Amino acid sequence: MATESDSLTQSPSAAKHAAPLVSVPKNDTRTVRALQIKALVENLNFYYGEKAALKNINMPIADKQVTALIGPSGCGKSTFLRCFNRMHDLQADTRYEGSITLQPDNINLIGKGVDPIEVRMRIGMVFQKPNPFPKSIFENVAYGLRLHGLNNRIQLAEQVEQALRGAALWDEVKDRLQESALALSGGQMQRLCIARALATKPEILLFDEPTSALDPIATAKIEELISTLRDQVTVLIVTHNMQQAARVSDYTAFMYLGELVEFDEATKIFTNPSKKATEDYITGRYG
Amino acid sequence: MSASNASVSHIPSKLVADAAMKSLQRHKLIDQLFVILGMTILFASLLTLAVLFLDLVRDGAPRFGWDFFTNFPSRNAQRAGILSAWVGTCLVMLATVCVAMPVGVAAAVYLEEYAPKNIFTAIIEINVTNLAGVPSIIYGLLALGLFVYKLELGQSIASAGLTLALLILPIVIVASREAIRAVPRNIREAAYALGATRWEVTAHHVVPYSSGGILTGLIIGLSRAIGETAPIITIGALAFIAFLPTPPIGSEFPYLSFTWLSDPFTVMPIQMFNWVSRPDTAFQVNAAAAGAVLLVMTLAMNGIAIYVRYRFRKKINW
Repeated sequence: MATESDSLTQSPSAAKHAAPLVSVPKNDTRTVRALQIKALVENLNFYYGEKAALKNINMPIADKQVTALIGPSGCGKSTFLRCFNRMHDLQADTRYEGSITLQPDNINLIGKGVDPIEVRMRIGMVFQKPNPFPKSIFENVAYGLRLHGLNNRIQLAEQVEQALRGAALWDEVKDRLQESALALSGGQMQRLCIARALATKPEILLFDEPTSALDPIATAKIEELISTLRDQVTVLIVTHNMQQAARVSDYTAFMYLGELVEFDEATKIFTNPSKKATEDYITGRYG
Repeated sequence: MSASNASVSHIPSKLVADAAMKSLQRHKLIDQLFVILGMTILFASLLTLAVLFLDLVRDGAPRFGWDFFTNFPSRNAQRAGILSAWVGTCLVMLATVCVAMPVGVAAAVYLEEYAPKNIFTAIIEINVTNLAGVPSIIYGLLALGLFVYKLELGQSIASAGLTLALLILPIVIVASREAIRAVPRNIREAAYALGATRWEVTAHHVVPYSSGGILTGLIIGLSRAIGETAPIITIGALAFIAFLPTPPIGSEFPYLSFTWLSDPFTVMPIQMFNWVSRPDTAFQVNAAAAGAVLLVMTLAMNGIAIYVRYRFRKKINW
């Protein structure tokens, strides 16, 4: 474990490039904190039938930090993300090898004896296209809590409010909690989905290209939200937008053809990647 | 044309070349011909139905009145009514719904959400679809052997309800599967991602969101069942019944009674069939009137189906 922490906090090697490849905002408030590992991916292989979609992936997920997964379409970043909450179990003929160990409990999320339902109760997910239930705003957020067995009206109301505040949506919807969630705008729907995932206080929150269906203003709001979420939850985000990865992430992993090419601090990846393939991708030479 | 051409020389006089233009005109003609053909067929079939209905209404007009609905059948055509027939039809439909809905929805949910994709499931699927094409008299014979004799239900409302439920089950299953399949995958994923079990996803989301389509399928199935005569005759419904089944709701505890299920009965199409086959022409008027009522019942059910679908579409649009 100690060695992994060491490799994470290792200082970047001498800069090859003077100018950053992708602009990283100035006065970046992201500070590298004393690193703790929330999950450790070791020798992860994933198969759809006979086809290997992920090949021998090893990387740590830093606790209460934002880790971005980038790479061209079809590189396996979403597949990787969906391993964390066992979404692949819903499909027949899929197979995991290796381990994703959740800390500090030291549980292998993809272990044979681990119930995917329990995994999903602890690891939330926000999808590409906003997918609120066709129920009221309140019921959308309360649903996860109800699954956790919470039925007390007062407590439900409290936690729903807390989750909606956490997703920066409370002020917009507090007067119409009983209205249908389908009446919200796309950006509001996506923040509702974030609130829904936050309500059950997950340890890791997975984002699968959460802004690809949204306009720039809604995207900015979601990105800002993700930055603030860093304080309460470990975030893992898949994005095909490198600017977005540069803006929101503390750590970045570049994947290509089912393999992890490079993993490092975001500032390092976007200013001074150590692999040629990473540099080519983030400078837009392919992808 | 040529003058304007000269002034704005960069705009060609024609958007496409002559040969392409000719082909385009031919295609447009085919387009229009198809519209005319489609409209003709539609109007012809609608007109047939309308004429049929109006004919029944005109022939049966003298018999329409309160008495017709509150009188039992009688040897006197003027006094004969359809009380036992429409009450019988309603109760048989009630029994049919009670069987077809839970069984049909459960089958559809199993096939869509639970069943693994293998040969066994494929065979079941093909069979369900094929069952819709089995002639209804075959269902009648099956019911006669199984429900009437083996299970000793007799010539009762229960037998008829079960028979018609079997008959419409394929319709209900196919419609329910369509409705369940229309629930987007990302809604299911949203629920699963929160830690819902398959049963919770089905019961809290999939079935409620598809209930519009399921109800529509059920009502369409019922409107088929309401007019079925052959299987009901096969199991031995009586054509002449001058009494009503036991009322399902009583005035004494426990208020609900199920003895009606084992009562003999008749239904609208059988009553109509009985009147049509009589030599006395006075009964033809009754038959026409009963036919009009039956048609109204069927159309009303289809109308409800359309309304239900409209309401659900408005509430849930993905």
